Amino acid sequence: MSTVTFKVFRGDRNGGELKDYAVEVQEGMVVLDAIHQIQAEQAPDLACRWNCKAGKCGSCGAEVNGKPTLMCMTRLDTIDTSKPVTVRPMKTFPVIRDLATDVKWNYEANKKIKPFTPAPGTDWIMFQEDVDRVQEFRKCIECFLCQNVCHVLREHDEKTGFIGPRLLVRTASLEMHPLDIENRLDMLKNEGGIGYCNITKCCTEVCPEHIHITDNAIIPLKERVVDEYYDPVLGFFRRLFGSKKRAEPSGQAADD
Amino acid sequence: MESYTTYDYDVLVIGAGGAGLRAAIAAIEKGARVGVVTKSLLGKAHTVMAEGGMAAAMGNVRSEDNWKVHFRDTLKGGGMLNNWKMVENYTKEAPDRVRELERWGAVFDRTPDGKINQRNFGGHSYPRLAHVGDRTGLELIRTLQDHAVKMGINAHMETTIYRLLTEGGAVVGALGFNRQTGEFLVFRAKAVVLATGGLGRIYQITSNSWECTGDGFSLASMVGADLIDMEFIQFHPTGMVWPPSVMGILVTEGVRGEGGVLKNSEGKRFMFDNVPERYKGEFAETEEEAERWLQGDRNARRPPELLTRDVVARAIRKEVNEGRGSPHGGAYLDIASRRPADYIKKKLPSMYHQFMKLGNLDITKEPMEVGPTCHYVMGGIRVDPDTQATNVPGLYAAGEVAGGLHGANRLGGNSLSDLVVFGRRAGMAAAEYAAKQTGSYQVDEAQVRAYIAEALQPFNNPQGENPFALMKELRATMQKNAGIMREENELKTQLEILANLKKRAWNTSVSGGRAYNPGWHTALDMRLMVEISEAVVLAALARKESRGGHARLDYPDPDPTFAKLNHIIRRSSDGTLHVVAEPLPEMPEDRRKIAEAKDLKELSDKVGA
Ligand SMILES: Cc1cc2nc3c(=O)[nH]c(=O)nc-3n(C[C@H](O)[C@H](O)[C@H](O)COP(=O)(O)OP(=O)(O)OC[C@H]3O[C@@H](n4cnc5c(N)ncnc54)[C@H](O)[C@@H]3O)c2cc1C
Ligand code: SF4
Ligand code: SF4
Ligand code: FES
Repeated sequence: MSTVTFKVFRGDRNGGELKDYAVEVQEGMVVLDAIHQIQAEQAPDLACRWNCKAGKCGSCGAEVNGKPTLMCMTRLDTIDTSKPVTVRPMKTFPVIRDLATDVKWNYEANKKIKPFTPAPGTDWIMFQEDVDRVQEFRKCIECFLCQNVCHVLREHDEKTGFIGPRLLVRTASLEMHPLDIENRLDMLKNEGGIGYCNITKCCTEVCPEHIHITDNAIIPLKERVVDEYYDPVLGFFRRLFGSKKRAEPSGQAADD
Repeated sequence: MESYTTYDYDVLVIGAGGAGLRAAIAAIEKGARVGVVTKSLLGKAHTVMAEGGMAAAMGNVRSEDNWKVHFRDTLKGGGMLNNWKMVENYTKEAPDRVRELERWGAVFDRTPDGKINQRNFGGHSYPRLAHVGDRTGLELIRTLQDHAVKMGINAHMETTIYRLLTEGGAVVGALGFNRQTGEFLVFRAKAVVLATGGLGRIYQITSNSWECTGDGFSLASMVGADLIDMEFIQFHPTGMVWPPSVMGILVTEGVRGEGGVLKNSEGKRFMFDNVPERYKGEFAETEEEAERWLQGDRNARRPPELLTRDVVARAIRKEVNEGRGSPHGGAYLDIASRRPADYIKKKLPSMYHQFMKLGNLDITKEPMEVGPTCHYVMGGIRVDPDTQATNVPGLYAAGEVAGGLHGANRLGGNSLSDLVVFGRRAGMAAAEYAAKQTGSYQVDEAQVRAYIAEALQPFNNPQGENPFALMKELRATMQKNAGIMREENELKTQLEILANLKKRAWNTSVSGGRAYNPGWHTALDMRLMVEISEAVVLAALARKESRGGHARLDYPDPDPTFAKLNHIIRRSSDGTLHVVAEPLPEMPEDRRKIAEAKDLKELSDKVGA
């Protein structure tokens, strides 16, 4: 056992400061364990979020030594604990208290995305190779770490004209669903602001679910937008034949 | 005087896990104005953690499967203490609820012919679990969340309900507070659906999220609702046991469903020696037969690793007690030597990730060390099997907080489909009840004031105790005295400890402001946790036998007298809890025949469908 110093942000919307806490660490501990130990023994009003402690719920995102990460999946033996460890809330969102930020904006921006709309008369037969692609996007645990690092949101605070990588991933999961027939390209181009993304891939780097946000979601969506709006011939054919690969409707009654 | 904001709804749903979201959708579909309250952010409820799958006899992988086999498996797994009518409603309806999710956008894993794929799980006679790798809960909750948003739900995120409000014996709303600001909220509602999930956090080693402090059971019991069979707590056989900080985190049963085997420190597969009488003849008797089953031979029987959870958890415990455990007090779970690395990564991606990150272990190369962890509560609020109505007018319950479906032991995968089947029924019934309430919204102002003062008391109590320390004490003592193996003396000791903790829970002290203050939240959670812990211990004392999730060292065998009794936990007018034994609802003869069928072929016809 050894003692490690944690410098934890304490404060609210109006500002705050880093406070030092000494924590006795044990084998296998993660940053979230240290925060909980501080809560239980030194600062019972230290605010942080968590649910699963296993990287499944996406609640515990924070910046550890400047790196956006899930606190529950960051083992202390993977970071240099000979120096103090700083833990700060995600920067892109307003602080509520301490490590808990106000992520409401993500839920609001989400409402711009048209919901799943299945083809009428579908027989609901889909093959694994057709769903593999969207299953990758559906792994998203809504930790908003990608939203937190994207410079469009983080530095430029462009929260009215851009929905951010998480919601681009969600749009991709709907647009590439083999049985969905809604068209979200107009939204992507306009309110969604896909044009703001300049493919720096910072979002992909932090994604704890290893979703290839830029390569597999954003770039293909950008291509579709370009085809639709800037390549009139392709756009014409797309409108004529539908823009998606789709299982043939069976013609039988769908709902059994 | 403390101010508060008031909201009016037809139906208030407390909880936004699978059950709560499905109830909300059903109530909105019936035209009700619906409010949903959750302690966490939307989409983060405990349901998000569920891994292995949702059980439904769709027959996509084995066409012989049907509701009758699922009915039989569920009753058998539950030690026949289940409410048979609930089981029937559930097994008949589950396939429709799974298909409905697909129509709302869920993307399940597929069979080679393009249908929803189904996997094996303990206690299920056929591969029956619709799944999405090992993140089925995420798929379920995200689909319901998206659909609920589409339907326009009003969600009060990060809001805790502290008390239900009553008027003339009926529930008419709830008092809560916004966790982010500390502001009090009064919800006036014509009907309330409790979907608050389980109580795993009353134990030290648990797979449950912080939210699972058993609030719903206590809230309901405090307004006069009956609880049923609270002694039946499920200890999942495979929690992580090492390193210490991850103790209890779940290793999905999907690992065994995909062929993982359990071994002791001598390298022996011990489950062959642990097949209970009632399952004799249904499981493979040799490693060779189990191997053939894994290779897809339909004439081979399932490996004994797929016995029910109570059986497997106790078998692991026995190996450890007899000195054949793994170095950190568990057993070895090995999938590495059974399946190719690519297959494991594809079918169990989050397990691979979890062990790699948290345990520094590659499960495609090495076995995992696992041991029992508190996982689920079979007991809960007593409800009507068709409408989920409690015995208190205006109050409904669904999901893990409701009792009756699972009897003495829940089969894996039977919870996620329970949530959608009974969440829907609860939402519909609550909306119908609400529509009949024509009077204006009434809540008793004095009641509200008194509860607010009570809730704020820890701020004005500088000499009180640290709520975190108190919570730690509760969890450690419950683990020791009312855990996986129970006996009279320890249970009695625990009752005394609880009497003491109950007083102390009302004498805590918290510092700092009211905005997002975990110390304060813990202080209030504690008050409800001690109540429900007492119900568990009382029921465990009363059941002098071992059955399902309830194991008594002093009564190691099932007892035919108790086989016919449910335990009802009721509150007297002076606030004390007591246990009443009641005979099980009588099962009609035709249903009993299904439940007791020896040969599954008897159930393959269409009779009774
Ligand atoms: C790791 C793990 C894996 C699992 N895997 C499976 C599986 O593969 N298959 C399966 O069938 N089951 C599985 N289960 C079990 C299953 O996940 C749960 O039983 C189920 O999710 C419970 O759902 P629920 O809707 O009843 O409640 P929960 O999802 O627990 O939701 C409860 C809700 O109530 C809210 N709440 C609680 N108290 C209050 C209060 N006082 N005020 C306001 N809101 C409140 C919470 O915030 C939350 O929103 C698993 C469980 C775990 C822990
Ligand atoms: S790739 Fe695009 S979305 Fe991702 S961080 Fe960069 S700009 Fe943002
Ligand atoms: S895409 Fe990845 S980083 Fe972004 S919210 Fe989802 S899981 Fe988190
Ligand atoms: S607590 Fe769930 S992801 Fe960290």
